[in-house]
Amino acid sequence: MKPLILVHVFLTISLTGNDERPATDLGFLLHKHPEKAQAFSTSYGDAHVFYPEASAQICTAALLLEVDPVALVRRAKGTGKDRGGAPDAALAQYVNDRPYAASSLLAVALRTVFSSALRGECRTHPERAAAPLPLRIEVPVLPARGGADLVRALFEPLGWTVGAEPIALDPQFPEWGDSRYVRLTLEGELRLSDALRHLYVLLPVLDDSKHYWISSDEVDKLLRFGEGWLENHPEQQLIASRYLSRRRALTRQAMERLELARLADADDIEVEEIDNAVDESTDTEEKPAPLAAQRRDAILEALRSAGAARVLDLGCGQGQLVGELLKDVRFSEIVGVDVSVRALHTASRRLRLEQMGEHRAARVKLLQGSLTYTDTRLKGYDAAVLSEVIEHLDLPRLPALEYAVFGAARPGTVIVTTPNSEYNVRWETLPAGHVRHADHRFEWTRAEFRDWADRVAQRHGYHVAYVPVGPDDPEVGPPTQLAAFTRKSDQTSPTAQTPKEESAA
Amino acid sequence: MTSKRTLPVTDLSLVVLIGATGSGKSTFAARHFKPTEILSSDFCRGLVSDDENDQGSSRDAFEVLHYIAGKRLAAGRLTVIDATSVQSESRKQLIGLARQYDVLPIAIVLDVPEQICAERNAARPDRAGMPKHVVQRHQRELRRSLRGLEREGFRKVHILRGTEEIDDAEIVLERRYNDLRHLSGPFDIIGDIHGCRSELETLLNKLGYALERDAAGRPVGAVHPLGRTAVFVGDLVDRGPDSPGVLRLVMGMVAAGSALCVPGNHENKLGRYLKGRNVQHTHGLAETIEQLDKISGEEPEFAARALEFIESLVSHYVLDEGKLVVCHAGLPEKYHGRTSGRVRSHALYGDTTGETDEFGLPVRYPWAEDYRGRATVVYGHTPVPDTSWINNTICLDTGAVFGGKMTALRWPERELVDVPAERVWYEPVKPLVTETPGGHDGRPLDLADVAGRRAVETSQHGRVAVREENAAAALEVMSRFAVDPRLLAYLPPTMSPCATSQEEGYLEHPHEAFAAYRADGVRQVVCEEKHMGSRAVALVCRDAEVARARFGVTEPGVSGALHTRTGRPFFDDPAVTEQILARLREAVTTAGLWDELETDWLLLDAELMPWSLKASGLLRRQYAAVGAASGAVFPGAIAALEAASARGTAVSDLLARQRGRATDAAAFTDAYRRYCWPTEGLDGVRLAPFQILAVQGRSLAALPHDEQLTLIDRLVSNDPTGLLQATRRIVVDTADEQSVAAGTEWWLELTGAGGEGMVVKPLQALVRGGNGRLVQPGIKCRGREYLRIIYGPEYTRPDNLTKLRSRFLGHKRSLALREYALGLEALDRLSAGEPLWRVHEAVFAVLALESEPVDPRL
Repeated sequence: MKPLILVHVFLTISLTGNDERPATDLGFLLHKHPEKAQAFSTSYGDAHVFYPEASAQICTAALLLEVDPVALVRRAKGTGKDRGGAPDAALAQYVNDRPYAASSLLAVALRTVFSSALRGECRTHPERAAAPLPLRIEVPVLPARGGADLVRALFEPLGWTVGAEPIALDPQFPEWGDSRYVRLTLEGELRLSDALRHLYVLLPVLDDSKHYWISSDEVDKLLRFGEGWLENHPEQQLIASRYLSRRRALTRQAMERLELARLADADDIEVEEIDNAVDESTDTEEKPAPLAAQRRDAILEALRSAGAARVLDLGCGQGQLVGELLKDVRFSEIVGVDVSVRALHTASRRLRLEQMGEHRAARVKLLQGSLTYTDTRLKGYDAAVLSEVIEHLDLPRLPALEYAVFGAARPGTVIVTTPNSEYNVRWETLPAGHVRHADHRFEWTRAEFRDWADRVAQRHGYHVAYVPVGPDDPEVGPPTQLAAFTRKSDQTSPTAQTPKEESAA
Repeated sequence: MTSKRTLPVTDLSLVVLIGATGSGKSTFAARHFKPTEILSSDFCRGLVSDDENDQGSSRDAFEVLHYIAGKRLAAGRLTVIDATSVQSESRKQLIGLARQYDVLPIAIVLDVPEQICAERNAARPDRAGMPKHVVQRHQRELRRSLRGLEREGFRKVHILRGTEEIDDAEIVLERRYNDLRHLSGPFDIIGDIHGCRSELETLLNKLGYALERDAAGRPVGAVHPLGRTAVFVGDLVDRGPDSPGVLRLVMGMVAAGSALCVPGNHENKLGRYLKGRNVQHTHGLAETIEQLDKISGEEPEFAARALEFIESLVSHYVLDEGKLVVCHAGLPEKYHGRTSGRVRSHALYGDTTGETDEFGLPVRYPWAEDYRGRATVVYGHTPVPDTSWINNTICLDTGAVFGGKMTALRWPERELVDVPAERVWYEPVKPLVTETPGGHDGRPLDLADVAGRRAVETSQHGRVAVREENAAAALEVMSRFAVDPRLLAYLPPTMSPCATSQEEGYLEHPHEAFAAYRADGVRQVVCEEKHMGSRAVALVCRDAEVARARFGVTEPGVSGALHTRTGRPFFDDPAVTEQILARLREAVTTAGLWDELETDWLLLDAELMPWSLKASGLLRRQYAAVGAASGAVFPGAIAALEAASARGTAVSDLLARQRGRATDAAAFTDAYRRYCWPTEGLDGVRLAPFQILAVQGRSLAALPHDEQLTLIDRLVSNDPTGLLQATRRIVVDTADEQSVAAGTEWWLELTGAGGEGMVVKPLQALVRGGNGRLVQPGIKCRGREYLRIIYGPEYTRPDNLTKLRSRFLGHKRSLALREYALGLEALDRLSAGEPLWRVHEAVFAVLALESEPVDPRL
């Protein structure tokens, strides 16, 4: 159960001045009268502008957005599958229950309320609008993925003096640490329109949460509002990619994981805890990346030398190996199997299955399946690949996989790769005692792997050979270990189809 | 003049009518068979071409006809083919079809003079233009066919000559030989004997049979005083010391009607030997031949009697209304009650993978692992050290001749009775170390048991449908995160809240819960405190050995499971789970519940606290984050508004609203904080069981809740460690105003003191309403403060409440009932000792349904 969270959006903009250049000019620049409180309607609730202080020396404008949670849900409604008039709350929740949605909403509010100022227009005081002004901006709660350091890295190059203090999650539970919010203060001499445009772009970038209602003209907006400062920003790439990645196929992503989102919800956990089979940002978990390529080469080599034509890629993930197999026509039938529907979608997209020519497409098939269940569809193949798969299974479930693959599907050849945990000390970035991937339920030493593989081979009638993948360190071995199982030649003759007793006939 | 002809037709067969056009096949078929049993080629021509006489469409028409016939035969339905079928080529296809579905092909020939056929066709406008030579050709082809029909493969051939014979014919449906569904025993099914006559006598005695002996003192019969019937699974002979003696006894029992017998491969081979065929005297046949030779002097006719007996044996029997199938080597469901060489071969020899093992013996195909049938299959053939049930099948060959034991299964009691071998009579080629195929450590479930769109039959709520996308999500979670399915016997259903209250300031109120049950005619309800934790299901076994024996778990040291409502283990560290199970086990032992409930395991529904234990990620990122954000934003915003107000700006409404919001936010923070406390190992962890779901052989889902809670109280009071926590409750009579008021007061106090709320359940647990439909098993009524966590800090503001009151409960209620029925079904299947896949099917469906779209705030 997740709460529908009210988003509290608040910021202040202060201008300091003197009698010649009174700070109250801020009212003209923002097109909002300092003596009035004004309300503006936005898509997400009412935005209020008022001035806590307004003197020649200092003038502060406050923007307060009273987010209407019902309006938020309504916006989400209709995209999901409605049920009897209730919003598809899983979708609504998924999208809306994030307090860090604040920044996107704030950006929208800024544009609604201060549109002229954002453009730098001021008919009465054009020279003030065009000139740098001593400004101070406070955002008491700023969602900032990347923390205070990133906040500084984004604002300091723009001429701001940045204050960014982390906010604790709950003082009663200090062990929980800091929240992802910081209290932001910006001070500097900048043009007001630049200041607003910095906020407009950078607040959502810092937020980095995904709102699928973002409109499709984001690229234009980024170019428009980033003009004059984004081109030379040292973090330009991060800003652009975060800003635009919010939009990329967000609806699809939200839709794809609805069922899993609901299951996570039923269990009071976050969807990321179970919908984590696909990490689209990386192809493989390790650096240096060439290891993934080396592993694929080793697998292809093993398959070729086994003379395999019909191949199963069990746990195909995003389809990297399937793609490699497709390049070699000797692999006449390639079946990628994964338990994650999301992984299969991604694989299908990456392989461009829908655009693929008929003959090529006929060689490949992607199936949802699970290796903890036997599956008749997997019987009768020349070879099966389990590349970096077994370690994603809890050890007590491994016998089920063994049986499903070696006992039931029984391909002629089985290639298994898995990390060699001894090698972990050679990864510079890997803290001691850590596994290489958050979802690795175990990682084995060479001896542990061989012990397992020998037992499996013995039990199911396979020969097994071991091949190092990657640099074979004299002390700790290679980063990846590969076992190639070959089914013992069947002493099968047509008459052996029936038991011995009958062959006497 | 013709006499009345009766034509026997097996009740499951493919009947092929053969006759020229105009011979009256359709009329004949309509007279003797149901319209739906008849598939006419003309009709199929019409289906594909809009013209019943369009010969150009024949190819497509026959494809359709064969397809429909295949579907009917697969479903076990008598099928009659109304086409000319005068060409051997077309009949060959139909015989192939019959073989494909393992049914008997039967031919009925209508041999009518050409003249009559031609006249009939001429009388039909649609056939009036048919050239004369068509009938002539048909007749020619028919003539050529007549003698070869048996050879073509028809198992019965009825030839009717002339219209009178046709008109007078009468069809008599015959039961298949293997169809003994009308016999319900009770039975004693006896495993492989292999000439161990003495052990057989001991076993029959132990089963309560009185042996009858001939003058020479040899057993020739056995009768049970209660009229039970023995059923022999075959392999009576070979290897052992007295195969003739076993045959004599079994033949006597079968002849007297006190036993049934199916043939084993050894009988089959002995039969071929006795018929004079050239067979190798291996696998113990030599011993039998020697023994037969020895008695041939005094009983010269014995061998002939034995051959007659063996030849009379039917490959397998379907017994007891179809609930029981007995055969020698096991039989997949699609072969039950079927009749073909293939079925006989499988029944006698089983299937093999085509591989051979290190002893040179064929590797047997583990058909039982794939078995998903409802009928229990009892068989022998593969010697195993101990019998064990797998997917509703059991192998009774416990290797008596190899020095093991001889085993019988009482039916319907399902009790095993065995006697040890007196000695090793025959050295096995390979040791009897393997278990039943699949065995304990690899008895995987099949993807087809769970994947895709499906419907699960429940005894309480009919068929429950599972959609494909929901099954897909469940597959992912089940495969990647859940505990071993063998330990996952139950997932709790979702629960609906009470109808939305119109009481001022409340979204949920006890009045609605009581009113709902009152409307369903339920008077006695129990209000149980809703614990502030996470739902947990605990499977507690008396020890790891029980977990192994009852649930087939092989992980060392695993004595049960503690999992969440989606089947995830509660603790990453199995040692912690075992610690909790150990404490539970202690409490069960001290409370004396093992004996009292006659069980060595318990399945408990419970709540594990604190909530922060499992949901800490969620609490931090979702709840605490809101608190942190509110705490940081309001002071500044309120100060700014106060300053503006002091300057004379009209912001008083806005200010008042923000102050209210700040208060609400603080209340929200308080609300979630009550669910958080630090734990260290098991210190601080509490478990509140509130229902014993099932014990060995029994689902307790229908045990009234007061009795349930009394049992639970005893558990709690016998736990000195403080882990277990009792559940406070009060019983309310929904028709008694005072009682309802007391229940309401109780809830107000409970929630006023920070409690989460309560669950109202019918005291009688499993209850049906006046309309016969299941009543909600529980309705939750959550506290006003707790609901801030669900609906947000400010939900109590009147305008928010007004909007929230339009919430829709229908789907949640329906989902709750469907999941409840699936849960009950899982418990019933578990208690009845049904195969794992049957239990898993229902449990998996609960998980799948949990991914249906429904307002998660309900």
